[in-house]
Amino acid sequence: MRKDSRLSDEERRTIALISVPFVYALLLLALPLGAIVLFSFWTQDFLDIDTAFTLDNYREALSGPIYRTLIGRSLWIAGSVTAVTVILAFPIAYFVSFHVQPSRKSLWLFLITIPFWTSYLIRVFLWKVILGYNGVLNTSLQGVGLIDEPLTFILYNANAVVITLAHAFAPFAILPIFVALEKIDRSLLEASQDLGESKVTTFLRVTLPLAMPGVVAAVLIVFIPTIGDYVTPRLVGGPNGLMIANMIQTQFLRLNNAPLGAALAIIAMICVTVIALAFVWLNRKWLRSR
Amino acid sequence: MSLRIYAIAYLIFLYAPIVLLPIFAFNDGSIIAFPLQGFTTQWFGELATTAALHEAVGNSLTIAVVSALLATCLGMCAARAGTMAEFPGKRGITGFIMLPLVLPEIIVAVSLLVVVVRVMGLSLGNWTIILAHTLICTPFCIAILNGAFQNLDRSMEEAAMDLGQSRWGAFRLVTLPLVAPGIVSSLLISFTISLDEFIIAFFLSGNSPTMPVYIWGLLRFPDKLPVVMALGTILVALSILLLTLAEIMRRRGLARAGLKDTGGFL
Repeated sequence: MRKDSRLSDEERRTIALISVPFVYALLLLALPLGAIVLFSFWTQDFLDIDTAFTLDNYREALSGPIYRTLIGRSLWIAGSVTAVTVILAFPIAYFVSFHVQPSRKSLWLFLITIPFWTSYLIRVFLWKVILGYNGVLNTSLQGVGLIDEPLTFILYNANAVVITLAHAFAPFAILPIFVALEKIDRSLLEASQDLGESKVTTFLRVTLPLAMPGVVAAVLIVFIPTIGDYVTPRLVGGPNGLMIANMIQTQFLRLNNAPLGAALAIIAMICVTVIALAFVWLNRKWLRSR
Repeated sequence: MSLRIYAIAYLIFLYAPIVLLPIFAFNDGSIIAFPLQGFTTQWFGELATTAALHEAVGNSLTIAVVSALLATCLGMCAARAGTMAEFPGKRGITGFIMLPLVLPEIIVAVSLLVVVVRVMGLSLGNWTIILAHTLICTPFCIAILNGAFQNLDRSMEEAAMDLGQSRWGAFRLVTLPLVAPGIVSSLLISFTISLDEFIIAFFLSGNSPTMPVYIWGLLRFPDKLPVVMALGTILVALSILLLTLAEIMRRRGLARAGLKDTGGFL
């Protein structure tokens, strides 16, 4: 940094330019987020808002068994979705980065991203068609004779939510891991093998640690939005697969209790942030200890 | 070799729901299950005569076009600034603008709902959805446009200014044509995101639903499901077309900048 505190002409223009999207984000993101934080300390009686400061919403959200169950389940489902998605995605990213010819890599990435962009609602609904009692999976498995009775553990429960969300977030996990793998200097792998490591130990001791930033990015980008999904739990989750977002929606749109909904949203966000930060910190510690 | 088999199995997993769409859309039966009943185009015909659907599609198209234009403008400001001078706090500011990429959509939805309805006392409408969609599309636009702007050689613009062009003239005549493919790609991607977005639209739509909100309503009626399948088939075909165009544009942009393709939108 220069010692001169006055801004150069270019710096001034840069600030002017970036302030356009920044002010937009302030007005439409920071301000509204501030508003729900404020709301969570208020109370509502039908349509009247009582603006006296109170912690009642938080007390109710943290002590009500239904809210605790929903938050616990949401975190558990989001964690499972993240684990399944990232573990399934890693080999694909590895395959595209290491085994596909450079000229065909972008075709593979394009193929992987297409399903992600096509109608989200209908895609989730189709998982219901696939996993249902008389669904595609059951009828074909029965047709081949692999099972006698339809499988019932795959629809209207948390498993169905995990499968469907693992599908929805696949490209979000594959792309960051792919980018990290692409950055790895291939001569490092040769060096490792020249020095006597086997292919497996090279992978574990060189490739995997170097790919970790991508894996961390994938974990965060899957875990955080998953908490807020309410379409999937609603369509395929059944009564025992509902998540906190369904309750937030009910509080806002049905029960007309925006302050409690706001408190639930904030608690969910705090849980997610704490877990995400803990994960990043643990990962740093692990990489440094090596 | 086993990795390749796994990759193909994974692609089947990814495409399974989409492949089923046209199968059921042309199936002559009102239950969405196997065995198939025969071929029909009846469900597509029903789409053409549903007035409520046409209204919803109209809403969605308006919202998607306006949001795509606004988000791309904001994205261009950020991407352009990204290539210019560094100043303290720039990373933080950029990070904040990119935040909607990882924020759960329901948080964006409820916080805007609170501000618009409770704080400002305004009624909901297409404009509220446009504002929110612009917010969530901007990070995607920035990601795409960053690629276009960072690949650019700044000295070309400087050369144009040395030769007598104004700052704006140099930008319009030299930079803009070079980043044009990136802009088109950004417009197409944000259009696709907005057209398909449900959670925010569900919270923020007033009396006139967008297309995903309308589809959500239909999903509750079993006899309407084949019509949803037909609509879905059209949407998937349209998205694939738009995305292919966006991808071609992105590659053309890279070729124009004289770079090798490193793949991927994000």
